[in-house]
Amino acid sequence: MNNKYFLGILEIENKNIENSYMETIINTIQRSSKELTKEDFISDQMVKWCPGCGAHSILSSVANVFPKIGYKKENFTIVSGIGCSSRFPYYVNVYGFHGIHGRAAAIASGVKISNPGLSVWVATGDGDSLAIGGNHFIHVVRRNIDLNIILFNNQIYGLTKGQFSPTTPYGSVTKSSPYGTIENAFNIGILVMGAQGTFFARALDINPKLMSEVMFEAARHDGTSVIEILQNCIIFNDRAHELITAKETREEYQLILKHQEPMLFGKNKKKGIILKNKQLEIAEIGRNGISIDDILIHDAYCEDIGIQMMLAQMSPPKYPLALGVIRMVARPTYDDLMEEQITKAKNDSNIKCVDDLLNSGNIFEVN
Amino acid sequence: MAKKTNIKELASVVIKFVGDSGDGMQLTGTLFSDSSAIFGNDLATFPDYPAEIRAPHNTVAGVSGFQVNIGKSKIYTYGDYCDILVAMNPASLKANIKWARKGATIIVDIDTFEKNAIEKAGYVLNPLEDHTLEGYNIIKAPITSLTRASLSQLGFDNKTADKSKNMFALGIIYFLLNRELNSTLDYFDKKFKNKPDVIQANKTTLKAGYDFADTIEALDSTYYVPPAKLEKGKYRNISGNIATAWGLLAASERSGRNLFLGSYPITPATDILIELAKHKSLGVKVFQAEDEIAGITSSIGASFAGSLAVTTTSGPGLSLKSEALGLAVMTELPLVIVDVQRGGPSTGLPTKSEQSDLMQALYGRNGEAPLIVIAASTPSDCFDYAYMAAKLSLENMTPVILLTDGFLGNGSQLFKIPKVANLPEINPPLAKPNDADFKPYRRNPKNLVRQWAIPGTEGLRHRIGGLEKENITGSVSSDPLNHQLMVNLRAEKVQKVADCIPLQNVYNCDEGDLLVVTWGSTVGTISTAIEELNKDGLKAGHAHFHYIMPLPKNTEKIFKKFKKILVCELNMGQFANYLRMNFPQFQFYQFNKVQGLPFTVTEIKEHILKLLNKKIRNKNKS
Repeated sequence: MNNKYFLGILEIENKNIENSYMETIINTIQRSSKELTKEDFISDQMVKWCPGCGAHSILSSVANVFPKIGYKKENFTIVSGIGCSSRFPYYVNVYGFHGIHGRAAAIASGVKISNPGLSVWVATGDGDSLAIGGNHFIHVVRRNIDLNIILFNNQIYGLTKGQFSPTTPYGSVTKSSPYGTIENAFNIGILVMGAQGTFFARALDINPKLMSEVMFEAARHDGTSVIEILQNCIIFNDRAHELITAKETREEYQLILKHQEPMLFGKNKKKGIILKNKQLEIAEIGRNGISIDDILIHDAYCEDIGIQMMLAQMSPPKYPLALGVIRMVARPTYDDLMEEQITKAKNDSNIKCVDDLLNSGNIFEVN
Repeated sequence: MAKKTNIKELASVVIKFVGDSGDGMQLTGTLFSDSSAIFGNDLATFPDYPAEIRAPHNTVAGVSGFQVNIGKSKIYTYGDYCDILVAMNPASLKANIKWARKGATIIVDIDTFEKNAIEKAGYVLNPLEDHTLEGYNIIKAPITSLTRASLSQLGFDNKTADKSKNMFALGIIYFLLNRELNSTLDYFDKKFKNKPDVIQANKTTLKAGYDFADTIEALDSTYYVPPAKLEKGKYRNISGNIATAWGLLAASERSGRNLFLGSYPITPATDILIELAKHKSLGVKVFQAEDEIAGITSSIGASFAGSLAVTTTSGPGLSLKSEALGLAVMTELPLVIVDVQRGGPSTGLPTKSEQSDLMQALYGRNGEAPLIVIAASTPSDCFDYAYMAAKLSLENMTPVILLTDGFLGNGSQLFKIPKVANLPEINPPLAKPNDADFKPYRRNPKNLVRQWAIPGTEGLRHRIGGLEKENITGSVSSDPLNHQLMVNLRAEKVQKVADCIPLQNVYNCDEGDLLVVTWGSTVGTISTAIEELNKDGLKAGHAHFHYIMPLPKNTEKIFKKFKKILVCELNMGQFANYLRMNFPQFQFYQFNKVQGLPFTVTEIKEHILKLLNKKIRNKNKS
């Protein structure tokens, strides 16, 4: 059983949140008594993703970060839906559940509510969570159930061989859109914040360090954490994220956010984000009288979603892509509130067992 | 209270309250039923209401009814026809006069019989003034005006007073049945604890109705239904949906597994969700999901995590859950699915009852996906079968569909209160921590059941999911022979459940001319019909099935002993077809009805006699 709620909501809200990754995780999920390593989490199953698929490095990052998170290995549970991403549970040596298409968030909700002492992770994709599972996705975020959702966004349906997905950019030619798509793509960050989300982070499959950092932060966050990982599908959507990931352009198109630090990017961190006319703009330090003091400081813990929404919306080529933890705000979780209601009811109610219930109310006796 | 003269003792009486859907007929019927239960009558009830919350005023479409049969001996049905009809407006009279026995007492609110309402009900002339109601004992009670008058003295306006007029009608019935008012007066005190106005209004009106009946001379006699001779014990009145919820709670306590309910509101199953949400003190976790699919998939997650997981729904919801049911079959996790059936297909008849989800429950999934299907048959045995559904599911690591229906869910009946400690034990096959031999799909050779290894348990980390599993190891496998083996094993596991369910009973006679086969909520009507026919000299047996998949082991043996087999059900022959598949050697006759209404004793008897080419020798009123 998890008693972390009894820190009290107030304490959770006022918890000293500092600007550093790899901070200690405060909750009562049982921790491992001995130091674990990556090897503790490698399963005996053959990994069957295509060579060069971005999923390999996501798997590696998870295996790296789980020992650092430090829970007992039996307390990790990974749930997935359907798609390339969703084969994930087979490859990690924890309790795993490979569900059905779109339902990972709902299955994981049941796992976590049923046993809040588990650290529950969801491996899912853009089709799984945003198309067939869109309803579950927004509702789990709204409820703030303490789950860590790793959303592999390759902007394509891989396992069915190359149809467009809800994150495929407008106009893209795919197998099912030979004339180009005629629908708008979801922006996952905006969707999460629109659904009352408390945590949203973005990372790239080619940056294991950043992936591990945001995964750790997701574990540290009480509530639904959504991590969007831009993942390359080498077969059906190769180089979809090339502008952001290529060596020559990545400095210009990656803004790696850190809480309480200025939003700087570009070669030698000479560029930064400023707020002008109620909009985000790119400014260059030393030009037009711009100094480091003019650059916005990132506040991931800000309740107000205004700037965080604008950050999530930025996209190349006009802007760099915002990466790192964009939003992380403290709010009571569904699973904690559920435990609290049960504890209170157990204390307050006269009905302590089913016999009490059966014999309550209007009954009569025949002798 | 005044002393009454000329009291007629009756073995049973059927009363039906009908009115506009906002007239409070359900509450009136429930209060009367509760007072009858407390008095000691056996009873059965049948709420019959429209899908709309407030259908257009004074129309036949908006009529809501509540029928209750009370008796001094065992009551099996809510009765085909009522002896007393209380009609609060012309539309409810129009809709229900066909359900009143000839000679019945009909109490109408005379104040509502004005031109407009009479025409809206579809009458050309006032039925109280032409010959429509000849042969009935009509009591014209000015219910609206007398309610208003008695409440205006207390300062209530007419609008408020009209909300209490159902209690005036109830007062009349209490007089007519020689019933004490106490239990209902107590109910007002408890229910409206913080609303002394409402208590006063209801009490005043109830007494006013009672006194009105006492003073008028239209009642040549009143009735008395003595208490039933019940087995020693404690009793209460219970509806099927509440009984289902309680059965699940009892199974949770007895098995030591926390109860998790993932459910989306749907008529007529919602009351189970509402009831379980009340009982947080018993540790039940109720998750009101965003849709039917999340209802079942969250439950599958909860089952994986070690809970007694349940999802409740009705037909349309069961359709949505089909894919996830297959997942529960494949992962071999315990899961109880309660389907409170209603009229279909599609949205169908949400508030009416049918037994037309049987085939869906048995086969409505992709692939070879067998699971256990059982059915409750009375409001109170919903407790027993919900308990059994949980037991079979937990012990056999397989989903179980429990079929009830709208009649059962909303209907109520006397319930003998059991002791939880006396209920059968429930022993789920939990895997032991650090068991070096543990494999996710290694089976107990006796019943083919795999072990339940719950996340968090040391030394049992494993992966399961919807892809076909390799036998024993549980690794993903698409090997052709392994698939065949696993399909066989899953089917055999479900078939082996026949070893732990009771043998099928046959009532009335063990062999003879005719075996009537039924399942579900039709039991009362049909057993009454068969009992009456046997009294008339027919040799008819009755086999009422609770276990459908698998069937009890002696089913074939029973069928052999009768010359003809007739399957009666409220669908177009789904159980009959299922039996044909299982026992092609027999001929199954069918009697079916799909009108959103229960069978009547009369139509069952007539059909049986026609089938056997017999004439009715005894013109029993039924």
